[in-house]
Amino acid sequence: MFGFILRRLAVMIPTFLGITLLAFALIHMIPGDPVLLLVGERNLDPEFYKTAMHRLGLDQPLYLQYWHYLSGLLQGDLGQSIRTQEPVLHEFFTLFPATVELSVCAMLFATPVGLAAGIIAATRRGTVVDHGVMGAALTGYSMPIFWWGLMLIMLFSVHLGWTPVSGRIALEYDIPAVSGFMLIDTLLSGEEGAFASALHHLILPSIVLGTIPMAVVARMTRSAMLEVLREDYIRTARAKGLSRLRIIIVHALRNALMPVVTVIGLQVGTLLAGAVLTETIFSWPGVGKWLIDAIGQRDYPSVQGGILLIGTMIILVNLLVDVLYGVINPRIRHAR
Amino acid sequence: MATNELTGVQDYPSPLAEFWQAYRTNKGATVALVYFALLVLAAVLAPLLAPHAPSEQYRDALLAPPVWMEGGSWRFIFGTDDAGRDILSRLIYGAQLSLLIGLLSVLMSILPGIVLGLLAAFYPKKLGVAIMRLMDVMMALPSLLLAVAVVAVLGPGLANTILAIAIVCLPASVRLTRAAAMTELNKDYVVASRLAGAGQIRLMFNTVLPNCMAPLIVQATLGFSAAILDAAALGFLGLGVQPPSPEWGAMLASARDYIERAWWVVTMPGLAILLTVLALNLMGDGLRDALDPKLKKMA
Repeated sequence: MFGFILRRLAVMIPTFLGITLLAFALIHMIPGDPVLLLVGERNLDPEFYKTAMHRLGLDQPLYLQYWHYLSGLLQGDLGQSIRTQEPVLHEFFTLFPATVELSVCAMLFATPVGLAAGIIAATRRGTVVDHGVMGAALTGYSMPIFWWGLMLIMLFSVHLGWTPVSGRIALEYDIPAVSGFMLIDTLLSGEEGAFASALHHLILPSIVLGTIPMAVVARMTRSAMLEVLREDYIRTARAKGLSRLRIIIVHALRNALMPVVTVIGLQVGTLLAGAVLTETIFSWPGVGKWLIDAIGQRDYPSVQGGILLIGTMIILVNLLVDVLYGVINPRIRHAR
Repeated sequence: MATNELTGVQDYPSPLAEFWQAYRTNKGATVALVYFALLVLAAVLAPLLAPHAPSEQYRDALLAPPVWMEGGSWRFIFGTDDAGRDILSRLIYGAQLSLLIGLLSVLMSILPGIVLGLLAAFYPKKLGVAIMRLMDVMMALPSLLLAVAVVAVLGPGLANTILAIAIVCLPASVRLTRAAAMTELNKDYVVASRLAGAGQIRLMFNTVLPNCMAPLIVQATLGFSAAILDAAALGFLGLGVQPPSPEWGAMLASARDYIERAWWVVTMPGLAILLTVLALNLMGDGLRDALDPKLKKMA
């Protein structure tokens, strides 16, 4: 098992280095002079310009600059945000829990609904129900989620008044950030109604962010179930006289779950990309909105750090999924 | 299917006829093809079809409702936006932009993708490993984020949107070409061709590539839909095609302010995006089933 994890880790290192190279190249490919960009002034004093170049290490050859960048990274130095003068790493991890909370809730919504839809479609193959569910799944898969979010706000927030329009919690609550996860912090604070308010704010963004993963899970579950339902042991189970429900849930679903679990793991990228759009629509204070704001305000160290950290998160989660997959399925663990 | 007059034996249908027969059985894909053909027609004939110029502002008709609503008129069938511009005309001209972005970015990713993929398959030891490692890095970031990063560097605009999306779509076509070429490489006809003295270039593009086309055509269709979706997302975030261009995503960027007063400003552009992406995905499914029955199970 340990060797398996090490092997997986070794494969990740070149990819990680590649992403650091990408992030490094990002800031060097921006047209224009980096110092002028940072200071934002024309007709700069040449002496100041020279010291600034030196202080930023920009007068060194590129490979040395990359080396310094890389060794800085390994010490947790991702530079400073131009907007706030705070370290980028600190800013990112202050906002990251909000994105994680939203993503987890989105998957908590998407997985059961997608599984149920896939199972129902597979067991009623070729019927109106199957076509309806799969049509809905393809529509969800094709959805421009930023528009979907606007439509849901229009219906549920504006017309029906059921859900709040934006933010993480109603303004009247002042919840101290302990874990960064609003649902946990509201419970810890013990303020009455705070938890309900936080939950209320999560509903629409979770549905919006979960729509594409839900469609993917539904499609995958259906095809995996169809594959399994053809197997001989299902016929055996049926011949034994087991109930239909028991065959589907206990016998078929269990074996159909493997590809579905993989696909759920692969949704991390979709979630983080979707978070950029969802957070923008719902003014959700997470890393997605932070990244877009940083681009808008030309805060390049934040953009660079954000891209690097999000890429690293995705690699790490993929590693975790790989390892978990090895835990569930010994055949993969021992394959070289 | 035609019958031979002399022998009375049925001729084989031409490959195209055979393909069309297989494609036609998928009803959703056929409807999608009709929708897409109409969309292309609308985009090409935009100056003739659109009732108004896309940027013409009618100050007397700000946020006019669509024709079927109270207060609507046939002058503005889908209503007008906050600047008094006709939404239907903007959607028709927007189709030009979306199709242009989709077409160019797919071409710009598939053509280099084919070359790199074939190189990776033919020289798997060093060049292949290097190419695939690079693609792995590009795949590590989700497509929209990579596109956002590219646009953050290059700046917004139509050309940069196309370039960013082409870069983002590149890894998929490289991997696909490589995988398809690898399975063909060991087949007898390739070996025979090699023994007959065909050069590497000829082997790559004349012998192997034509047999890899089926998955590539499907990929091009799905890439087209992903390109339109990503371009609209970039436009919505203000990082893509800039207003006042009638790009569908950019039309939604300011729509949030009208949620309470004018639902049509919010609804129409998104519906256009959804229907177009859906049509392309349905066409992709239909093409896959028709061109490559082996892949049917994988959906």
